[in-house]
Amino acid sequence: MTAGAPLLRMEGITKRFGSATALDAVDLVLQRGEVHALVGENGAGKSTLVKILTGAYRRDTGTVELEGQPVSFDTPAEAQAAGVCAVHQEIHLLTHRTVAENIYLGREPRRWGFVDWRRMNADAAALLLDLGLDMQPDAVVGSLNTARQQMVAIARGVSLGARVLVLDEPTSSLSPREVSILYALVARLKAQGTAIVYISHRFDELYAICDRVTVLRDGRLVETRPLAGLERLDLVCLMLGKRRDELRHGTTAFAEHQARTAGEPTTAPLLETEHVGGGSRLRDVSLQVRRGEIVGLAGLLGSGRTETARAVFGADPCARGKVSIQGKRLDARSPDDAIRAGIGFVSEDRKAEGIIPELSIRENLTLAALPLLTRYGVVSRRRQREMVDRFMERLGIKASSADQRIRELSGGNQQKVLLARWLCTSPRLLILDEPTRGIDIGAKGEIQGLVNELATDGMAVLMISSELEELVEGSTRVVVLRDGESVAELSGDQLSQQAIIHAMAEGGSTSSPGIAPDHPVH
Amino acid sequence: MGARAVSLLQRSGALVALVAAIVVGAMRYYDFLTAENLLNVLRQNSMLGLVALGMTFVILTGGIDLSVGSLVAVAGVVAARLSPAGSLVALVCGIAAAALLGLVNGVLISKVRIQPFIVTLAMMIAARGAALAATSEQSVSLGAAASGLAWLGRGDVGGLPVPVLLLLLAYLVGWVALRYTRFGRYVFAIGDSEEAARLMGLPADRIVMATYALSGALAGLAGVILTARLGAGQPVAATGWELDAIAAVVVGGTLLSGGQGGAGSTLIGVLLLGVIFNLFNLEGTITPWWQWVMRGAFLLVVVVVQGRLQRREAHG
Amino acid sequence: MAQSLGLEPARRAPAAAPASLRRHLPGPQYAALGALVVLVVANAVFTPHFASTSNLWNVLLQVSTVVLAAVGMTLVIATGGIDLSVGSVMACAGAVAAVLLERGTVLAVIAALAVATLIGVVNGTLIATMRVQPIVVTLATLIAGRGIAQVISHDGELVTISDPAFMQLGRGYAGPVPVQVLIALAAVAVALFLLRSTPFGRYVLAAGGNPAAARLAGVPVPRTIMTVYAASGLLAGIAGLIVASRLGASDAAKIGQNMELDAIAAVVVGGTALSGGRATIVGTVIGALIMQVIATSFNMLLVPYAWSLALKAAIILVAVYLQRPRRV
Repeated sequence: MTAGAPLLRMEGITKRFGSATALDAVDLVLQRGEVHALVGENGAGKSTLVKILTGAYRRDTGTVELEGQPVSFDTPAEAQAAGVCAVHQEIHLLTHRTVAENIYLGREPRRWGFVDWRRMNADAAALLLDLGLDMQPDAVVGSLNTARQQMVAIARGVSLGARVLVLDEPTSSLSPREVSILYALVARLKAQGTAIVYISHRFDELYAICDRVTVLRDGRLVETRPLAGLERLDLVCLMLGKRRDELRHGTTAFAEHQARTAGEPTTAPLLETEHVGGGSRLRDVSLQVRRGEIVGLAGLLGSGRTETARAVFGADPCARGKVSIQGKRLDARSPDDAIRAGIGFVSEDRKAEGIIPELSIRENLTLAALPLLTRYGVVSRRRQREMVDRFMERLGIKASSADQRIRELSGGNQQKVLLARWLCTSPRLLILDEPTRGIDIGAKGEIQGLVNELATDGMAVLMISSELEELVEGSTRVVVLRDGESVAELSGDQLSQQAIIHAMAEGGSTSSPGIAPDHPVH
Repeated sequence: MGARAVSLLQRSGALVALVAAIVVGAMRYYDFLTAENLLNVLRQNSMLGLVALGMTFVILTGGIDLSVGSLVAVAGVVAARLSPAGSLVALVCGIAAAALLGLVNGVLISKVRIQPFIVTLAMMIAARGAALAATSEQSVSLGAAASGLAWLGRGDVGGLPVPVLLLLLAYLVGWVALRYTRFGRYVFAIGDSEEAARLMGLPADRIVMATYALSGALAGLAGVILTARLGAGQPVAATGWELDAIAAVVVGGTLLSGGQGGAGSTLIGVLLLGVIFNLFNLEGTITPWWQWVMRGAFLLVVVVVQGRLQRREAHG
Repeated sequence: MAQSLGLEPARRAPAAAPASLRRHLPGPQYAALGALVVLVVANAVFTPHFASTSNLWNVLLQVSTVVLAAVGMTLVIATGGIDLSVGSVMACAGAVAAVLLERGTVLAVIAALAVATLIGVVNGTLIATMRVQPIVVTLATLIAGRGIAQVISHDGELVTISDPAFMQLGRGYAGPVPVQVLIALAAVAVALFLLRSTPFGRYVLAAGGNPAAARLAGVPVPRTIMTVYAASGLLAGIAGLIVASRLGASDAAKIGQNMELDAIAAVVVGGTALSGGRATIVGTVIGALIMQVIATSFNMLLVPYAWSLALKAAIILVAVYLQRPRRV
């Protein structure tokens, strides 16, 4: 497998977006006929690396060699012509067109200058048969399920003569049976000498079909090594940037405060979800949050953390299970219902789902509280100003004035405004999705301290975070999700980074014997 | 309702309605099913049909062209002005002028990245202004040398009026182009998902520019025919045609979101609207104003039903 | 990080340098105000009789109906929509009033405005709840509305108006000030109040600026969208009554013709971005004045109407180009 010159060698790839460095001198080497796992948490740079490989982005520095020849792709078309293809997570196909059209778009077989439909369908049928896919070439792609659409995208790559095929989260929505079809296809391509870059967060899959793994973190290369002999726990440690023997304490603002005592278990839970499920990612989540508690929600990317929060808040429909607030069934159909029940929700995506960019800090901050500030249909300027002043001071929001547009603020200050948006509605339950992601260290500490204070004052907080220190030091209890299911609940002495990593990687835990940890392994 | 039934209804709804309208017409009006009346319907709608064909290409890419009515006027005025130099010169220059303005639309949309709606709205105003300015707001009579143009407007080939022949020919070419050429396939691809089309390596900018130029050219052809029929180029001609063209395209079953539809369905849409108004006229008691009301209401019903069907398809 | 950056290369390329540059440039409203001042001064110097009191009143009088329609259009565009039906709605309102005037002025006016608002509500309902594109819905009501206006006015007849109270709308004066200018000013004041002092104003901007975030913050997005189209219909209805009163007749074919273009032009030139999330009523008034001053001066200079059309188109394009959505 390692013999001979590599099929593809990327060296010292760097990419900056404005002032942010997305990739910093990353290397990737692919051999013929290998399945190469590319892993890393959010923001690690996987997507950027793949986009550079496939010509969607241009690299700032670094070299790419394909079969020893230096190459530089300016467009996806050039990359495809050279045999480098990607099948993206959100599938880029033409949904109103047929399977055959999608496979041959841009290279339609022609006769006297006109598209030869008969030959195109026949060629597509032969190709699908060759790949072991049971599919009609004249089926409209939009009528196929996601798995089959993915197969079409792969078939297109194969028909382009791909020597390097990138599969970005190919199984995120596949059923076990469909996954096995995918595995068979990958095995077939591998035997033909195709190099496959496989991006996935599901460890079972990585270990089932990948030969080597490259780990990225924060835009840097952490390690490339054979997957065999690498324990899952070690792989998670590599992704998160931890060492097994060195799981530190005391790096978050939570540590400065007293360790959180467990809320009195005698009190009824404020929020309770029972076997909540819906959509493709959320399967079966049960958890409880009491007054004065910070409950952490842990899990790798795609494990259903955000989906849980959105289902509780009524932002997405919750198809199965039950959500109740103070023992009363809630089942919010829209955020409005949840807000009236006293819930606030700070989304993980500040830009897309948080700020109203063109509006001022004042209007952003009071958006959810407007009904409280309105008398006879008029927003009371005085009360609005008082509210804004109070929260800007309390949260230490730094801005030239309350009239400044929110898009001009730093990420940390934007996040504080969004927190304040909910605090001024005096919620009973606050759901925070990655409250400290992408903001500077100072603001991070302030927000952590504030959350701690809120809980001490009796608010119930559900906090989603990818940072283990934040979870361990901030939470009263931590619920761990894996593949859309709650697989463990850790508290007290059991609550440690190691235990969370263990639950994320392997599922299950001694503290929640009732929930089955098993996951089908192929 | 099954997905198949939904998509059948979406594709063939207009055809069913057209057949129904013809049957009603045949049963109710003695004069309806005569060659003279039917040819009349075709002739009256031939120019709008050409404009709607160009609009079909544009809408298939997910765009819109509000300037077509003004481009019809520009082409008509140019053709009338140049008619002393001969019919061919008038024809070619009329079409070329409109095509060029269409290309300007395309460049502003694909390269400068301004919304199609605004670009073509501005072109609609500006081109109308240019047509008015160039003629001092007077209509321009055809030169005596342009006997060929007269034939274009009023002649016939074996009983078939020339404008109708051109209409049928244009739709045949348009249908073949959309179905059997790469250009046509790319038009569908861009309207389906411009991002996917770009990732698959299609020259999206060039295709978009070409569709607006084509829309301009077909509007130009319609403008020259109109001038030939009227015997003069009128700067105020074809006001509001963009609305009728869009209505015909949408009624035929081409989705405004792009990527679905085709030349055939637009022809059916044009004929359906044409036949309906012919029936109104034959009825005689329905005033033109009620026809306007029904036209708008009809368009609303069609888009609402289309939207429902589409969402159903997306969910099921 | 890459995820949160998640931008396509095409968008981000020009971001860095112009952003810092733009901070030192005046906002779009001030640019528009500057343009208006330059236009007025230039006209005062070069156009004979421009700087006379009667002419200036004339400009204000002419612009008042455009301002009414454009104020509604500003609200609609702020939610990220468009309303092409305003001209037809004007014609409908004029027709309803003209036909009903013999049964009482108040009844006629109320009925006319009710019909205008109803058309707006139809637009809003289809857009907000059926999720049909605004451009198609309002295109359809543009077509149908013109027909309705004709049908109402006894199948396309010119219905003359002689009601003295109604004639005050378009021809009356309060002191030196034309009544219609006062009405337009009142509409501007109400819109400013709504935008600045009520929850509704914030909801409009939030729904247009970031619908997903607005929904998560509990903003009633569908209701807000419905309301702006209804408001646009109502304001267009008022404008229609004024024009009918000016003409002394309901001319269903002429009233409000191309008004949608004038209103959009005023909004865009005034600095409200078509992408939604921003609204400047004062800018819209300035935009309407700019277009009117150009039209008036061209008229006085005997420049053909046609050229003013071409210039109008160029101004719209440039204004939109300068306000292309940019990412920060």
